[in-house]
Amino acid sequence: MANKIEHDAVTGRQTTGHEWDGIKELNTPLPKWWLWTFYATIVFAVVWCILYPALPFTGATGLLGYTGRGEGEQALAAHRAATEPMLERLRQTEIEQVLADPELRAYAVAGGRAAFANTCAGCHGAGGQGAQGGFPSLADDDWIWGGKPADIEQTIRHGIRAAEDPETRTSQMPRFLADGMLTAAQVNDVAEHVLSLTGRATDAEAASRGAAIYAENCAACHGDQGQGNHEVGAPRLNDQVWLYGGDKASIVRSISYARGGVMPAWGQRLDPAVIRMLTVYIHSLGGTE
Amino acid sequence: MGMLDAPDRHELEEVSTPLYANRVRVYPQAVQGRVRRAKWAVLVFCLAVYYLLPWLRWDRGPGQPDQAVLVDMAHGRLFFFWIELWPQEVYYLTGLLVLGAVAIFAATSLFGRVWCGFACPQTVWTDLFMWVERLIEGDRNARMRRDRKPRWDWSDRARKLAKHGAWLLIAMLTGGAWVMYFNDAPTLLRDALAGDVSLAVLGFFGLFTGTTYLLAGWAREQVCTYMCPWPRFQAAMMDADSLIVSYRGWRGEPRGKARAAGAGDCVDCRACVNVCPTGVDIRDGVQLSCIGCGLCIDACDSIMTKLGRPEGLIAFETLNNLAASEAATAMLPPGAARRGPGMAARQAPRILRTRTYLYVAVLCVVAGAMLAGLALRQPGGLEVLRDRAPLFVKLSDGSLRNSYTLKLSDRRHEAATLAVTVEGLPEGTHLQVVGSEASDAAGRPLVTTKPDGVAEWRLLVTIPAGALPQADSTDVTIRLLEPAGDRSLASQHSVFLGPKP
Repeated sequence: MANKIEHDAVTGRQTTGHEWDGIKELNTPLPKWWLWTFYATIVFAVVWCILYPALPFTGATGLLGYTGRGEGEQALAAHRAATEPMLERLRQTEIEQVLADPELRAYAVAGGRAAFANTCAGCHGAGGQGAQGGFPSLADDDWIWGGKPADIEQTIRHGIRAAEDPETRTSQMPRFLADGMLTAAQVNDVAEHVLSLTGRATDAEAASRGAAIYAENCAACHGDQGQGNHEVGAPRLNDQVWLYGGDKASIVRSISYARGGVMPAWGQRLDPAVIRMLTVYIHSLGGTE
Repeated sequence: MGMLDAPDRHELEEVSTPLYANRVRVYPQAVQGRVRRAKWAVLVFCLAVYYLLPWLRWDRGPGQPDQAVLVDMAHGRLFFFWIELWPQEVYYLTGLLVLGAVAIFAATSLFGRVWCGFACPQTVWTDLFMWVERLIEGDRNARMRRDRKPRWDWSDRARKLAKHGAWLLIAMLTGGAWVMYFNDAPTLLRDALAGDVSLAVLGFFGLFTGTTYLLAGWAREQVCTYMCPWPRFQAAMMDADSLIVSYRGWRGEPRGKARAAGAGDCVDCRACVNVCPTGVDIRDGVQLSCIGCGLCIDACDSIMTKLGRPEGLIAFETLNNLAASEAATAMLPPGAARRGPGMAARQAPRILRTRTYLYVAVLCVVAGAMLAGLALRQPGGLEVLRDRAPLFVKLSDGSLRNSYTLKLSDRRHEAATLAVTVEGLPEGTHLQVVGSEASDAAGRPLVTTKPDGVAEWRLLVTIPAGALPQADSTDVTIRLLEPAGDRSLASQHSVFLGPKP
């Protein structure tokens, strides 16, 4: 700051004494209300700090008792209250009626999509496309435990081989080689027969030997034509969809050591309305019976 | 001044100007004349449009708002007479803003700050508030006398109270009109009279009431001089050919008494300063605080007429003409002798200049693009979102399925039923729309649109195992047809995907 009052040579006006690279600022007095507005913003900031939790590391909660979590909880509670009537309608309406009601159905598809991403997509994929190794596709038309909406709802609620739910559906395929029920050669023959169900057998003689073994050991669950059985969760063997792989090596492995995936039971964890929405969403994927 | 090196007062030759100054109150005087009449006309027009537009009705059929201009936030619709905009068409508003900005640029390059002086809301409402003030408190001298009094008597207090009451009333009408643009005006008024308005409406009403009262009643010229960014860069739009409010110094100087020998036409009556709403002296030349309202022209003209001198000592004039007149009259004695030669040296202002050509070109391009966009707007549209998870589904019989989400937007207010076709796929391809069992005579699935909204349908396309395409990707066109007449309404390209062969 300069001690002496300096005058600009061109305008004859006083400068503020500030200089930047030889450029000096003329003193044009700011109106005082502007200064007072500035002070008012400082006062505002102090009041704000007292009312709201703005001081870090102090644990100060602010006079108004506001928290971001509290606001989030309020918003969540308001959302729950707003959706409750629709959810209650879903709980009270049978699945077939839900599918027949365009309004309920649209609501359920939207809600089901969100719930699916939350709870199901981890195993069944983002669009229900499934994954090799025991996570069935929900978008195709091949269903192990039944693909009617009521079946799907049942599977979601009680799971498959879910230890935590006494009402779960369960079945166990025998381990034909591991438990000594069939020899390795017999397993090979059965595998050839299974391939022949979709016209892919490479060894006709082995396949015909396998047919007899199949009729004795497999047909009870998988059906004499390999058509499968929803009641016991025996997959179809005469179609193009293979949960654990459809090549011969995979089939041999399935026969030798058995398969049996686990689906958790969601009845205790999800609202019945959410389970219904999930069912409607899966139905909307287009593969249901 | 810093605290540490505070100057010794005795060393100072003079007292320094403070960094902050008290506001100098402006008491503008009433004035009559051509410019004032033009300003009244613009003011009445602008305010009439602002206050009355929400009450204008426009029939759009049942179930639709019948307000001519309405921003319907809840439903995401903007209604402007026959135009209805959806949120994704916000670029029309962007276009309007661009048009507004370029129009102001063009007007400024031609006539200086006519926007500031005549049409800016700050000017219009301040003008209105000043008129009310004059009605209640009297003209300049009466107001100055009252404010200088050490004590107000009852009449002074009553007038001040009445003035602020009237201001607040106008401000409330202003805030009230604002919320009417976002809500059905008659319904809102009825609800408000019954005391049933939402917090949001109340908040915006309060905001616009408060700012109107504060900015037009109290802040006035301080807004233009200290808050508004526009005066800072408007000089970039003006040049020596812009018609700006100017004092013809060549004619007025040197100032002197009406009968003084050797004096110019300016009698230094300060009428121009007294009527100025921002309190500037136009005789100092172009300056930041001058909003170009031209009231000083009326004030000066009336004085000149009284003195029997020609009008136009202050006028809309270009810098080029000022210089030309100055040059032509420099050698002549001040006063009457300069009038003729000075005015004769002027040339008609050049309206057509590079910058005005450019501004008009931009205006035409933007306006043309907006008009074309509006005229070619389709009543409906189709968006196709191909499912990416899964890319395709293999069904148990070996056939392949792809699924697509169709989004059908329809501006019309009646639902339409349309047939869906997919072109580019082999014979035997099966189409199914989830949730719609209906199909037309040709077996094509039917979908319905949502009136004034977007309907969403899922389309499943299945190619049987025997007819699978050789490539892993096949181009397809999804088309919406009117079932009768097969007229194509909308189409979108997409692909049908399968496993790599």
